[in-house]
This record gives sequence, C-alpha cells and structure tokens, in this order.
Amino acid sequence: MAERAGEPHHDGTVTAGERVGETGATNPDGAVAAAERISGPQTADAGTASLLQVADLSVRIAGLHILQGVSFEVAASGVTVLLGRNGVGKSTTLRAILGLTPRNGTATGSVRLGGEEILGRPTHALVKAGLGFVPEDRCVFGGLTVAENLRLAERTDSPDYDLVFSLFPELSKRAKQRAGSLSGGQQQMLSLGRVLLNHNRLLLIDEPTKGLAPKVVTEVAEALERAAQAVPVLLVEQNLAVVRRLAGDAVVIAAGQVAWTGPGEQLLADPALTKSLLAVNAAGGH
Amino acid sequence: MSTIVLMTVTGLGLAALYFLVASGLSLVFGLADVLNFAHGLFLSVGAYATWWAAGNLPGAGPDGWGFVLAVAFGVLAGTVVAALVELVMIRPLYSRTIEQVLVTVGLSLAGVAALQAGFGADPRPFPRPSWTQQVVTMAGARVPLDRLLLIVAAVAVLGALLAFLRWTRYGLIIRAGVENREMVTALGIDVRKAFTLVFAIGGAAAALAGALSGVYFGSVSPTSGASLLIFAFIVVVIGGMGSVLGSAVAAVAVGLLQQFVNYYGTSGAGDICVVALLAVVLLWRPAGLAGKAATA
Repeated sequence: MAERAGEPHHDGTVTAGERVGETGATNPDGAVAAAERISGPQTADAGTASLLQVADLSVRIAGLHILQGVSFEVAASGVTVLLGRNGVGKSTTLRAILGLTPRNGTATGSVRLGGEEILGRPTHALVKAGLGFVPEDRCVFGGLTVAENLRLAERTDSPDYDLVFSLFPELSKRAKQRAGSLSGGQQQMLSLGRVLLNHNRLLLIDEPTKGLAPKVVTEVAEALERAAQAVPVLLVEQNLAVVRRLAGDAVVIAAGQVAWTGPGEQLLADPALTKSLLAVNAAGGH
Repeated sequence: MSTIVLMTVTGLGLAALYFLVASGLSLVFGLADVLNFAHGLFLSVGAYATWWAAGNLPGAGPDGWGFVLAVAFGVLAGTVVAALVELVMIRPLYSRTIEQVLVTVGLSLAGVAALQAGFGADPRPFPRPSWTQQVVTMAGARVPLDRLLLIVAAVAVLGALLAFLRWTRYGLIIRAGVENREMVTALGIDVRKAFTLVFAIGGAAAALAGALSGVYFGSVSPTSGASLLIFAFIVVVIGGMGSVLGSAVAAVAVGLLQQFVNYYGTSGAGDICVVALLAVVLLWRPAGLAGKAATA
C-alpha cells in the first residue's frame, strides 16, 4: 500500500513516492464517518467570493450512481485540489462540469461559473467561455505535429506563445515533431501548453503528473504553480508532494460524496485525517 | 505488352471512380462515425443532375465548356443534397448507430425509387464529349481518353483534399477529430460544423464520380450508385477509416486487381479476388493500411 512520503528534496524536486492509496483497503464509509467527526472548516469563507459553485451534483453512468450529490466551491484564485482514492469520481466530477458525461450517463444538480448556471451547456461553448481542460492521459493528437496541436487549440487572435514556450522550451524545439512520438512528460507539457495559450477563467486539470518521472513531475508542478498565479485551477492530483506544494483548498471525495473540505495544509498536516480519507501516510516533510 | 498497358490504364480509371466515392465515405466514417449507406445516392444525384443539365441548363451541353458547366451543376447538386442529408437526417441521430444505419439504408432505397419515378428505371444514354471517345497511343496500346480523364480528375481531387487537410484550419480540425473527437470539442471547437463540411466534400466527390462514371459507362441508371458503393466500402476498409491517402492506395489495388483478374481469369473472378484481398488485409492489419489517421 501507500509508502511513506517522499520528502521534497533540497533542490525542490518532489518524488512520486507519495500517492493517494490505490486500493480501497479501508472501508470508504469509514472515511465519510471520519470526515463527519472531524469536519474541517468550509472552503467558502464568508466574504470570499468563489468562482465555481458545484451543488448537489449527481452523475449516473450505465446504471452506476457515481457521484451522489457532490457540493463544493472553487476559490477565485489559487489551486483547489480535488482528492480521493482511485475510482471515487474525481475525473467524473471534472468531466461533468465540462459537459463531457458520456451519452449513457446523466448529470444532475447545479454547476455555476461566476453565478451563471452552466450544467448541460455544450462542451465547446464552455471552453470558449473560459474553462480550460487538461484531461487525464493528456489526449494530444498523435498524428499532428506539436505546432499543429497548439494551433488547433488557439482560441484568441493573440495566443500567448511566449508564456507557453517560456514554461516549456522543449515545445518550441520540437514544433515539427509528431506529438505521438513525444515522451509522456513532453505530451503533458503540450497538453498544458494547449490550454495556457488562451485566456481562461478557470483551468480544470486532471492528474497532470500521473506516470511521469520525478524530474518531470517537478517541472510540471512548477509550471502549474506559475499558471495558477494568473488563473484559478481545479486540480485532480494523487501525488501528495505536488498537492503540498500547490494546494490552497482541498476537497476530498469518498464514496461519491464530499467527505472533507478545508485548507490543503491542514489536511496534509494531520496524518490520522489523511490516512482515514485517502488511505495514505502523509507524514512527510512540508 | 499493349494489353497490359490498356488493362493498367482501365484499372486505374476504375480505381479513380472508387477513390472518388471512397474518400468522402472514409472521412465521414473516420470523423463522425457514420456508416453512410446513402453515399451512393450522392453519386446518382451527381450523374442525373449532370445528365439533366447537359440537356436542359442554358449554356450547358455535351461538349466543351458546356459539359464542364453540366458537371459543375451535377457536383453542386451532390454537394447540396449531401449537406442537407447531414443537417436534416443524420445530425439528430449522432451516437445512435443503429438508427443512423436504418436512416441511411432507407434513404438509399428511397433515393433509387425517386430516381426511377422521375427518370425511369432503364439506363439513359449519357451525353459524352466526343473527345473522350478518341484514343491515344501509349506504349503501343490504344487507350481511350475517358480513362485518362477519370485518372486526372481523381489525382486532382486527391491533391486538393490532401492540401485542404494539411493547410487549412478545418483540415486540422478534421484530422484531429478523426483521432479524438471529444478532445476537439474540449479545445472549444464545435466539431459538428466539420461534420457538415465533410459530408458536403464527400457529396461533391461522389457526384463528380457520378458524372465521370456516366462518361465512362456511357449511360446512367438509378442503381449505378449502389453498385459502385459496395466496392467503395471495401476500399475504405482496406485503406483505413479516415485516411484519404489510404483510400487512394486501396482504390488502386482494388481497381487493378479486379481488372486484371477479370481479364485473365474468368469474368467475375476479379470481384471475388477483391473480397479475398479485403479478408487478407483485415487479418493482417485490422485497422486498414493506414490505421486511423486522416493524412497518413
């Protein structure tokens, strides 16, 4: 099961050693119960306007009730991290917000962006309205070149290539290379670059460091940190070292419901809490 | 030697027709996941519209620029019909495969019936420019010019399609959409507009094939689209769904194989060999020669 946390190295490198539990060895209901007992402070402090409000979001896919009334808010700045064990519905949440629930599924409830209801609107319209999406597994177009992948993603007349190439110089060097022949880390940079070209109101980023080498994890985390200075991010992330580095607020999902919300630091500083919610020992340095 | 040259050119002429029908079919399937059994109807519409225009449209006729105008009218008719079919009948049914198949099969049957009702069930003699019936001598073989017309037209369409896919924004969207349609929408692009465009392009190419098949066979009949469509489907599967270049290569293979086997073997053996080729390719490369990619 989960190993002890990889401590951040003195040069800021984070290792991939510390990940949210991949097997549901402990009873997920136990996690909910623990959350009810401990119940951290709510994300939306009075007076701080949130950008995105998800209320009572339920998703059923092929008869499975995957999300059962999820409610949380995303702050108007910084990184809000969506945590939880594998298969609890973190990606499903992001995809439901974006209108990407599959045809054999339904999403009900409410999702408001800047006060406006957006649940059920077509994906392309939401993205045009400023929701940038970086999917799990990158989804670059392998048959297209790096430059073509970026060109396709341009949504404004003045795409910010300076920002993208300063974050990921590799992309400008490999502009003519087919995206399918890039390494996993380079593909992730391309996937992030496609979104960062444009002005966004909120970025939805799904497991950007999954399966990457430690050095690349650090690079991606740095890029996310820089991007988050300009635009709020809702991030699904299993690597707790990355979470520790980036997280403002944390939202933990267990058994299809929100089990805990509060400052990410508080979650990670409490080993008993992290263990009960995420089935991981997060006693690493911070 | 002269027989081989003649057979090769004739096979390539046939391949040109297959390619013109298959390229649109392939892009439509690759991008929109629509198996369009009504694609043959676009061919018939092109053929009949050209035939009608040559006799009735002012300025159009069976020769010279008049014939070019008649073919342009036919291509326009095929394009419009294809775009309308997509907008009215296919669009409400995306991701509902069974219903789509039923609609397109029904449409192809209804289309043939409508053509029969309008123009009769018998083949109509097609107005051919007289120069297409002349021959040139190539490597000792006397080759009819209509074959060369087919080949030149198909090569021009291939070049135009590849340039469109390579250099235009919509071409980029189509190539990306063939790979991962959902991700294209997640970049803020309304991919359905590209569906209509691909249908229209496919309709135009099929209608051109209709006009040229009229020149080649000397007549048009309501069922000519359906019979070419079967081989076009085989070409699409061999070439790889969504690949224009794959369709071109597969069309040449199918056209030549069919022509040579039918000539040197018994008549009809070529058609069986084409099906055998299909089986071999499916066993060897289940995704077709090109895999799933709009350019490779």
